[in-house]
Amino acid sequence: MGKLQPEDLDKIAERMRKTMSLREGAGRARVTVHMGTCGIAAGARKIMSTLLQCIDESEAKDVIINTSGCAGLCSREPMMTVELAGKAPVKYVDLTEEKAKRIFTEHVLSGRIVADYALAVGSEQTL
Amino acid sequence: MKSFRTHLMLCAGTGCVSNASHRIKAALERELAKHNLQDEIAVIMTGCNGFCAQGPVMIVHPEGIFYQLLTEDDIPLLVEEHLLKGRPVKRLMYTPPEEKSPVPKMSDIGFFKKQRLIALRNRGLIDPEKIDEYIGRGGYKALAKALTAMSREAIVEEIKKSGLRGRGGAGFLTGLKWELTAKQPGDEKYIICNGDEGDPGAFMDRSIVESDPHSVLEGMIIGARAIGASHGFVYIRQEYPLALERLNLALCLARDYGLLGENIFGTGFNFDISVHRGAGAFVCGEETSLIGSLEGQPPEPRIRPPFPAESGVRGKPTCINNVETWATVPEIVSRGADWFAGIGTETSKGTKVFSLVGKVKNTGLVEVPMGVTLREMVFDIGGGIQGDRKFKAVQTGGPSGGCIPASLLDLPIDYERLMEVGSIMGSGGMIVMDEDTCMVDVARYFLDFLRDESCGKCTACREGVDVMHSVVAGICAGKGKEEDIPLLEELGQAVKDGSMCALGGTASNPVLSTLRYFREEYEAHIRDHRCPAGVCKALITFRIDPERCKACLLCNKNCPQGAVSGEKKKPQTIDQAKCIKCGVCRDVCKFEAVTVV
Repeated sequence: MGKLQPEDLDKIAERMRKTMSLREGAGRARVTVHMGTCGIAAGARKIMSTLLQCIDESEAKDVIINTSGCAGLCSREPMMTVELAGKAPVKYVDLTEEKAKRIFTEHVLSGRIVADYALAVGSEQTL
Repeated sequence: MKSFRTHLMLCAGTGCVSNASHRIKAALERELAKHNLQDEIAVIMTGCNGFCAQGPVMIVHPEGIFYQLLTEDDIPLLVEEHLLKGRPVKRLMYTPPEEKSPVPKMSDIGFFKKQRLIALRNRGLIDPEKIDEYIGRGGYKALAKALTAMSREAIVEEIKKSGLRGRGGAGFLTGLKWELTAKQPGDEKYIICNGDEGDPGAFMDRSIVESDPHSVLEGMIIGARAIGASHGFVYIRQEYPLALERLNLALCLARDYGLLGENIFGTGFNFDISVHRGAGAFVCGEETSLIGSLEGQPPEPRIRPPFPAESGVRGKPTCINNVETWATVPEIVSRGADWFAGIGTETSKGTKVFSLVGKVKNTGLVEVPMGVTLREMVFDIGGGIQGDRKFKAVQTGGPSGGCIPASLLDLPIDYERLMEVGSIMGSGGMIVMDEDTCMVDVARYFLDFLRDESCGKCTACREGVDVMHSVVAGICAGKGKEEDIPLLEELGQAVKDGSMCALGGTASNPVLSTLRYFREEYEAHIRDHRCPAGVCKALITFRIDPERCKACLLCNKNCPQGAVSGEKKKPQTIDQAKCIKCGVCRDVCKFEAVTVV
């Protein structure tokens, strides 16, 4: 990039926004892929790379991808939880790469829960 | 740009680098590759995070989990457990002194919670070597605003209205300094960034340059526009290699983007910055000495007036501000003077960066709003005194400052309050002392430092500090006389009055403030030949309490002089003629049987 004009700053900032919002921990959507041994064995790593690919392709700038441990329902892995800001989390089970793509497009980007693959809304009660 | 799901912000400030954070980086990259995570997780080297006592530190985003005291051996576990399986590793998290279990999130840790970051706004959040990350956090927007939407006068007015005062020591109103320089006739003017940080234990400026060099550059370009300067200098210590490297890189990147050089933002404004490395003389922090050094002359202060605003570098109007001051400027321009003036106290606005060191549990770099009390600094942010000893004093302002006793712990920190109690804000050094610190010895230490660092131009400072040092050293050596105290007070005043610059003008503060609050310690040294803190070697003897001694012989085996003797299974004794008072016996004793009297 050559000499900057004032408006170029916004372009650079926009390009960097995903990087920055990740560090501020503030995203519109948070997707958690459950990466217990069971999840990994069932293919959670592939789900993860599919999601990252979806983010790149859609140029989504405010989606945060997380990992967490086993969700307890090992027979239904791979699993992921989608949490839109201000909404209850939704757990998806028995994922494949295709299912993950559809959930990303419909739920994460457009806010429509994919009932076909969803297990439940909400999370377990904790301390 | 490739998306990553996680950013590992690994501290690469000087503190963490000396704790081998580069080896942690290599280990992380190796382990990430082993689990094939290198395309999902990025390792980013940041500037100083501030919590230097716990280094090497790393923050995992987006969760914001704080890991500390990392070693290479921890990395395989950390990568597999947290980064692959999503189970944060509790063992590597920080447990605050007052808590029982580790606190995972950085935002929940007391050390960070009370801080408010303005000058350090980007620390740990950006890679200081990438200009796009600075722009991504809103960087250079203030410059665009200053250049395209504000007149020169309006910029000066904004800084004046904000109440920003010089962060380097004296606390002169920055806006006023700008105005004085801007009003001078002629079009050859200079600005200087004073990065000659010389107080023992202070590293605010180094950290700012290391973690966010562009914030300093942006402040300087805005200042140059307001003042009408055509060239700027950053005067920075040669012994800050990492800061120098990042500063030079930042200058190159800013030039590539046309943020320095000719016709900045297409507005016709020309300005560039060069770096001048200082050889590390304390007196160069004084502005006229610094200008002398910059011109290739010996660093000796000049008589003022004329002030640098009228006649500075090469006799031209020059405005000189400290690193932290420049780094604060862009935020004021972006958010407005009223926002800044809304933080802090009546006379001292905004926030101040302190390097909190000494006997506190959490040492490091902190930025707090003006008006925070010393108690909050020492106990809430600092986590209290190490080893649960008793708090004794805080030394602020470096060798030019003074010691503030426990009775003044609730003093709100601002320029005036510190001055009232005989200390100064200075550049923000804050050394916490406990009951094992001898205040006479502290005064001796600072006088010794100043004796070396005095440039020797003014007789009062050159000779006076030397005489004060020999008197105080005499007191420490048990040769003190009754008349020493009035002599020190008189001499202290004379050095203050007879010195041209602030080095001599404040050189007596360490002595005068300890005499003011800890006179009984001086008297104990002089009258009773006793050092109450058990520090001054000439005045103490080590003894073994026969009641407490369990005859484990540890002291006997460890004494370098063979001064400890005694039969097996019998209490040991110390031969005072052989003892060199090194204190090893006390350190190794598990039964607190070795006492100092």
